[in-house]
Amino acid sequence: MELESLVQEPGEWLRGAGRESDIVISSRVRLARNVASYPFVTRLTPQERNELGTLLRHTLDQLAGPLRLAYLEVDQLDELDRQLLVERQLISRELAETEGTRGVAFDQQEQLSLMILEEDHLRIQVVHSGLELEAAWQQMERMHQLLQRHLTFAFHDQFGYLTACPTNVGTGMRVSVMMHLPALVLTRQMEHLFRSLQKINLAVRGLYGEGSQPVGDFFQISNQVTLGRSEQDLLRQVGEVVPTILEYERKAREYLLKEGYENILDQVNRAYGILKACRTISSEETLQLLSRVRMGVNMGLIQDVPLEVLNKLIVYTQPAHLQKLHGQQLDSAQRNIHRARYLRQMLSGEEGEPAE
Amino acid sequence: MKCQKCEQQATFHITELTGGKPTELHLCQEHAREYLAQGSSPSPPESIPAEALAQYLGVGASAEELARLQQAVCPVCGISFETFRHQGRLGCPADYEAFKKQLEAVLISVHGETRHVGMRPPRGDEDARQLVEVIRLRRQMLEAAAEEDYERASQLRDRIRQIEQQVARRREDVPGRETSPES
Repeated sequence: MELESLVQEPGEWLRGAGRESDIVISSRVRLARNVASYPFVTRLTPQERNELGTLLRHTLDQLAGPLRLAYLEVDQLDELDRQLLVERQLISRELAETEGTRGVAFDQQEQLSLMILEEDHLRIQVVHSGLELEAAWQQMERMHQLLQRHLTFAFHDQFGYLTACPTNVGTGMRVSVMMHLPALVLTRQMEHLFRSLQKINLAVRGLYGEGSQPVGDFFQISNQVTLGRSEQDLLRQVGEVVPTILEYERKAREYLLKEGYENILDQVNRAYGILKACRTISSEETLQLLSRVRMGVNMGLIQDVPLEVLNKLIVYTQPAHLQKLHGQQLDSAQRNIHRARYLRQMLSGEEGEPAE
Repeated sequence: MKCQKCEQQATFHITELTGGKPTELHLCQEHAREYLAQGSSPSPPESIPAEALAQYLGVGASAEELARLQQAVCPVCGISFETFRHQGRLGCPADYEAFKKQLEAVLISVHGETRHVGMRPPRGDEDARQLVEVIRLRRQMLEAAAEEDYERASQLRDRIRQIEQQVARRREDVPGRETSPES
């Protein structure tokens, strides 16, 4: 499959469908599994690694037909293509950057992706747009059952499904939702939210840019514990807090409208203005401004930009996507210029370089 | 989940990509700040404070027992508990038996639990237990081949096939619960 064809659509997690999709960007379920008859990844000999890679690839090929999965040998992709897959959240940064035989299989809608030979032999991920944990889990369950008809996973009566890192053992399951919380950031309530969630064993991670600071007001809330709870428990654990956080964010937005209407109107329109007119812009700043504008659209303060366009821009202004669109590699300075041009085209219909 | 450097809760989860292999760090706010303030890439921290093990085993554990547990080695893949503590990753499924007590201490620290209550494979751990044996047999087979003892290598390969086929047959026999791949 051509990676170029991937670039046509923004993929599932930014599709903007599903429940509460103004604030809940996506719901994700991930399972970590290992094949019982091989050591964990760090102890595989090169030969074992190749054998296992082939075995898993073969298994997925058998399932590929009905599920229409595409398979990519990540170790044979160049850096730009790997980066592209990371930006689309089909593979982790770790899979992109480690060495050795490894791969990923995913379906056309980019809801289902299976990483081969990352930290564990198999990392299965299902992503649905919006707040759809139950639907994501159902798809995951079906996939897992299918796989278990072809593979025997490492399993221990007491410890459950065995993983390379004990932090994942048991269910091997990570449940998370990605939420857009710009008002909570603006009203300085994120710190408080972090701490409240941490008390009930939920982790909050920002969507990192190139540094280590969270960028763009997007946060992922996930379970920390994987052992001693059932899969349903974990889905419930994460699912239950979402309505509360939604309420907080919505109240914070109301507050901003009531107490500082002119201010917030100015902030979102400034962001919009910069995006429409800038000549060079970093991906970090782009993400920050897009986040503002997205909030503005959701609050009814900005009318003429559809949410789908904004969602698309979040992915397409990232480094690898930008270079793929352009058709060649660009250094940082060139990317910043192209990014600005792309934004001007998409937001104010400026002519110029065609964006394939 | 506890901070890797102290008893506080870990609120920062950092994936360190410098220095070769990606490592995941779980730190409280203070230690995260400290860590991020460092310029160069530091050596990977221990994944479990040594105190956690001692604490879990209780005051009654003798110094000898503690030392013995710290020096444990997995008979199947050869990884030592020490190595695991430093790199944070285990070597093979059999480690969970070889380091059972030590890992229980780790699991209490990370999850507050030591027993799985979620879903199970169709025949429980029966298939997995048989297949873990294959890891050892395969390594022995390669050793035999390296020593040019081809007869032994061949016997081992047959044994491996036998086990794998047995398991595969049981897997295919699973009744009912057919899920259509199209769904």
